[in-house]
Amino acid sequence: MSAVSPSGSRLKPKHQRLVLVVLALVALIAAGLLAAYALRNQASYFYLPEQMRDDPPAIGQAVRLGGMVEDGSLRTLGDGVTIAFNVTGLDNSVVPVRFSGIVPDLFVEGSGVVAEGTLRADGTFVADNLLAKHDENYVPRELQEMTEHQAAEMAEETMVGIR
Amino acid sequence: MIAELGLAALWLAAALAALQLLTGALAVRAGADGAEIAALTRPAAVLQGVLAGFAFAMLLWVFAVTDLSVKLVASNSHSMKPLIYKLSGAWGNHEGSMLLWVTVMALAGGLIALVERRLPERTMQATLSAQGFVALGFYAFLLLSSNPFERLPVPAAEGLGLNPLLQDIGLAFHPPTLYFGYVGLSIAFSFAVGALVTRQVTPDFASAMRPWVLGAWVFLTLGITAGSYWAYYELGWGGWWFWDPVENASLMPWLAATALLHSASVLAARDALRAWTIMLGVVAFSMSMVGTFLVRSGILTSVHAFAVDPERGTFILFLLMLYIGGALLLFALRAGTVTEGTRFAVASREGALVFNNVMLSATLAIVLLGTLYPLLTEAFDVRVSVGPPYFNPVGAIFVIPMLLVMAVGPLLRWRQDGFGRISRELALIGALILAGLVLFAVIGGIDLLPLLGLALAGALAVASFLPLKGRKLRRTPIAIWGMVVAHFGIAVALFGMASESAFSQERLAAVRIGEATQVGPWTITLAGVAPVAGPNWTAIEGRIEASYDGGEPRVLRPQARNFWAPPQETTESELATRWNGQLYAVIGNEAGDGRWQLRLWWKPFVTLIWYGGVLVALGGVLALIGRVLGDIRRRGFRRRLADRRAEALA
Repeated sequence: MSAVSPSGSRLKPKHQRLVLVVLALVALIAAGLLAAYALRNQASYFYLPEQMRDDPPAIGQAVRLGGMVEDGSLRTLGDGVTIAFNVTGLDNSVVPVRFSGIVPDLFVEGSGVVAEGTLRADGTFVADNLLAKHDENYVPRELQEMTEHQAAEMAEETMVGIR
Repeated sequence: MIAELGLAALWLAAALAALQLLTGALAVRAGADGAEIAALTRPAAVLQGVLAGFAFAMLLWVFAVTDLSVKLVASNSHSMKPLIYKLSGAWGNHEGSMLLWVTVMALAGGLIALVERRLPERTMQATLSAQGFVALGFYAFLLLSSNPFERLPVPAAEGLGLNPLLQDIGLAFHPPTLYFGYVGLSIAFSFAVGALVTRQVTPDFASAMRPWVLGAWVFLTLGITAGSYWAYYELGWGGWWFWDPVENASLMPWLAATALLHSASVLAARDALRAWTIMLGVVAFSMSMVGTFLVRSGILTSVHAFAVDPERGTFILFLLMLYIGGALLLFALRAGTVTEGTRFAVASREGALVFNNVMLSATLAIVLLGTLYPLLTEAFDVRVSVGPPYFNPVGAIFVIPMLLVMAVGPLLRWRQDGFGRISRELALIGALILAGLVLFAVIGGIDLLPLLGLALAGALAVASFLPLKGRKLRRTPIAIWGMVVAHFGIAVALFGMASESAFSQERLAAVRIGEATQVGPWTITLAGVAPVAGPNWTAIEGRIEASYDGGEPRVLRPQARNFWAPPQETTESELATRWNGQLYAVIGNEAGDGRWQLRLWWKPFVTLIWYGGVLVALGGVLALIGRVLGDIRRRGFRRRLADRRAEALA
């Protein structure tokens, strides 16, 4: 049995395996480098309101903003589907946010929210998507450290009936 | 009592897994002298499967009768729930889903012990020993840190209920299907370890492994397809894939299993790619375990994370390092002694399969890195999320060449071939791609990736049938039909994805009752809004009259539901399906002045995504049937041959 490559040269099995291993490694390393390059540019960074105030992202860059929905700031605009509200941070920093769409389950004033979107030149954050607390057991990870008090309250609720 | 029976069965099953590990290992060491010990291994594996199945049945029981003295039931169920959701609630939580995981693993191990007779007995002993070793770790995890049968000191008055998003018929089937896939891959893992231990990496080994991989792969394909459709209609976001870590966790084993499936075919047919097949066997199940770790540890933000518990995360991480590290170490030590397989030319079936194996692995690397990147940056206190802007284009760089080779590869002959022989087919495929590109570019307004997807899908759909050319259709092996159907399914799904991305239209409007709005070819009138009530929820239900292109209106009733155990709102979307796409309607809140928020999408050919997925799975089933029938026929032939020899001797 003599396997022959198209050019007619003979490859020993050992050499063929070496060639295959090298090709596979090259492809995987290329994938890794490509991923590393793309991740630096395409990952969407998470901002707290105070970070967005002190060191805002580039206008139009896709980022995420997390904070508490300020009490009394939520209102619906004239078109009936756009809402405007303020997201506050720990040190009274405030970012005005707009969102067009159907608000997620359990999105209310005074609760935590993560908004995905872009910052506009006028300082308004335009959200494409809002992530709110899904249920009593699930909190967007970014909100976990937001208030210890809330976490304690939630644990309380979750334990009803167990004690 | 029932819960205690379940717990006892679980401990016994763990003990049997330990026994199986020991007897298998001793039998491998003893070789031919170890027949007595070896005789214990198979029964131990079967009994372990039975006991784990029994424990799971006991968990179903306590959920069915809502035994509120069991902590898991009190935290996740409610006496008022419909029975089907009580039962499916058994695996809609951390402990129960881990028990399901272990049960599937034990059942799979029992099944190979029962029916697998093709492997050399020594390899079989090593395989079952490895299966027992893996199962043992997960029993330890379950019993030491996630006991599903834990009792409360005082029974609860009422359960806390199940997350309403999970109160859906999809939950009854989606997780078990996926788990059969994930954990079914543990067989490939154990086979690979077994073959490494005894250095028996042969075509027979690949033939023996292939049906198990095919089976797991079919379940994975179905699970991913069902999960995607479920997320599509249940979340009410209009998307069908979100690159959520959990979705990625199911995609990664699928990519690895797909590669394994094809490399096992090369090994079985041509005795090449020995080490590579073993490697993929290890990687596929490792990806299942990585997925479990990501999901169950709550280390990444995901809608699937049940609870963040550092102890559990550390435990799974430890198991992960033990098994993956151990298998890779064994591979590193033994790979050199796995002799080289047969050679082949670049332009050959093997060449194409190797190329696509590498592309699949590269795609796997892309998805893995994107999924883990947020973890890496968090170490530096930078929080990021990675989504479609990364996965779509970067993945496409490897997926597109793979699809091209997928169209051509099945036309090539084994071992050595030339592209000249299939130049007419190549020209046809090229012409179809070009025609598609021109056609869809003329329509205009389509982004590059969907454009490429549409053009490729058309060419692929035709190319997938080319291997049948020149064959007598009735005499074509079932396995070949399986390949054709699966590849055609990929083309169908690709067309659906590209079409959804290229042609979807969205409308967000606040509408008064009696008012109409437009989305794509649909005219939508809000006819009324009324309150409705279900067994454990109340809802606002919109009555929407949707007419396609001025035709007879269809009535849709999307709801905004309020569940009260636990309290939560969900949006229940409604779909109007036509042969050429779906209308997707969601109702939101009242805008305040008598107007209601409606969110509407027209998604042409979106359903092809899931039909394609089902076709891919069907192709897998056909291939499985073909392989198993072939095995049975060969076995019968060998037996007749042996009989005849015996007669001749007598």
